[in-house]
Amino acid sequence: MATVVLLVIIAAVAALVLLYNGLVQLQNRVRNGWQQIDVQLKRRHDLIPNLVDTVKGAMQFERDTLERVMAARARAVAASGVQQTAAAEAALSQSLGRLLAVMENYPVLRANENILQLQEELTTTENQIAFARQFYNDTVMQFNTRQQVVPANLIANFFGFAPAEYFRADDADRATPGVDLSLTR
Amino acid sequence: MNATAAEPRTGPRRAVGVDTGRPLCPAVLPGGSNFYARQALNRRRTAVLVATFVAGVVALGLAIDAAWIGFPTETAWPVATLVALVVALCSCLTSYFGGATLVLTSLHAQPLRPEVPEHRQVLNIVTELALAAGLPPPRVFLIADPAPNALAAGRDPEHSVIAVTQGLLNLLDREETQGVVAHELAHIGNRDTLTMTTVAVLYGAAVLLADWARRSLALGGERRRASALALLLVLVLVAVAPLLSRLLAMAVSRQREYLADATAVQFTRNPLGLARALEKIGLATSPLRAATRATAPFFISDPLRRRVDDREGRVADLLSTHPPLRQRIAILRAMAHGR
Repeated sequence: MATVVLLVIIAAVAALVLLYNGLVQLQNRVRNGWQQIDVQLKRRHDLIPNLVDTVKGAMQFERDTLERVMAARARAVAASGVQQTAAAEAALSQSLGRLLAVMENYPVLRANENILQLQEELTTTENQIAFARQFYNDTVMQFNTRQQVVPANLIANFFGFAPAEYFRADDADRATPGVDLSLTR
Repeated sequence: MNATAAEPRTGPRRAVGVDTGRPLCPAVLPGGSNFYARQALNRRRTAVLVATFVAGVVALGLAIDAAWIGFPTETAWPVATLVALVVALCSCLTSYFGGATLVLTSLHAQPLRPEVPEHRQVLNIVTELALAAGLPPPRVFLIADPAPNALAAGRDPEHSVIAVTQGLLNLLDREETQGVVAHELAHIGNRDTLTMTTVAVLYGAAVLLADWARRSLALGGERRRASALALLLVLVLVAVAPLLSRLLAMAVSRQREYLADATAVQFTRNPLGLARALEKIGLATSPLRAATRATAPFFISDPLRRRVDDREGRVADLLSTHPPLRQRIAILRAMAHGR
């Protein structure tokens, strides 16, 4: 009898440890996912002044568009927290998309090797943000689901786990049609 | 950048996946058309195939042990089975640990150079998709060959490499390259080197066992313990084992290709990029010069382009490491429509 009780206790503790460790692992993956997004966002913030400087000369008639991009960038740099960052970055994506669309009208820009390279760098940064966001949101979904299902839901609260926030684009971002950034197609 | 793309070559060979006389998009894909369902289906099929394979090899080994060595009455261990498995395992260790290096060397692959814009783009794409996959970015190499193809190798994500041919860079646009790179990263993420090494060990063991049985039979088989009927059964097993295990190994390889396609869609959420890439790759006729039968299974599409791969029909499909491109493209297109 005593051995049975002992075995049951050992099994219960082992199950608890496994559950707890699983949650911690997912939580760390969510944090790491957020770090990845952050790195890419910073990279974008660094690339944009470069692009604006390079195209400024050829695009004098588009001051408005350029200024809007720089203003959106400034707001994005200043943003903090998941929700605020998501909103500011979505606005930046939108104004950047508009700039790149307008650039299509300037054949002289398409011939510029520098700009083509910047374009590729921006394309990959945009993609990296999108993919990092996708990975982050998928991980958040896993983490949150794990907390909600039996048996982890019984202990998640006790150990202080809380659902993570999705990185959601706001409606303005979703309304923007996808912009292909490569000029060569 | 890649605007100078493919001038589709015309020839007697029919375009794979372009016109087959069958509808390209089946209205309902058996097994579901979203990538999670496809992945689950391919994983289940791999599990069933590998389990069958293990059971088959063990059955063959034990039958030979029983007929020749007298297991379990005279010896406590099924010696032949164990020795065959260990020998096969040892012979696969080199390729498991050194496979990536061997493949890259035999194909004369060189690292991509970030200062070349064309290479830079591929490196960027790899970085993007490594983020999507949550994997460390693998090292990327170039094979100087005009045949469009790509491969992944390496025993685990930390030691993985991807190689693309110059022909692939010339042929595909950014979106299509993304699909191909996603397929290769999917192989890495799904640990396909491990799966295929396991299969190679099983195949090796089956061939060894069958070989031993045949030899000892030819030498007069000094210790035949079994009855005539049992012996006949063993002989039939021995006769069909090599072919059956080859078919099983190929079937697993094909499931891993389907799985990598479905996982690539999970990464890019864009089935059409990969579908278009496969269509273009199917149109290119030239075989990859440096590829051999040993390195063929690593590629995204069969680099040897044996005629058997182009023929339609179940028999040709059964003997191939890769599923027919036409079928892969149809599934990808169905995923695009079925979301």
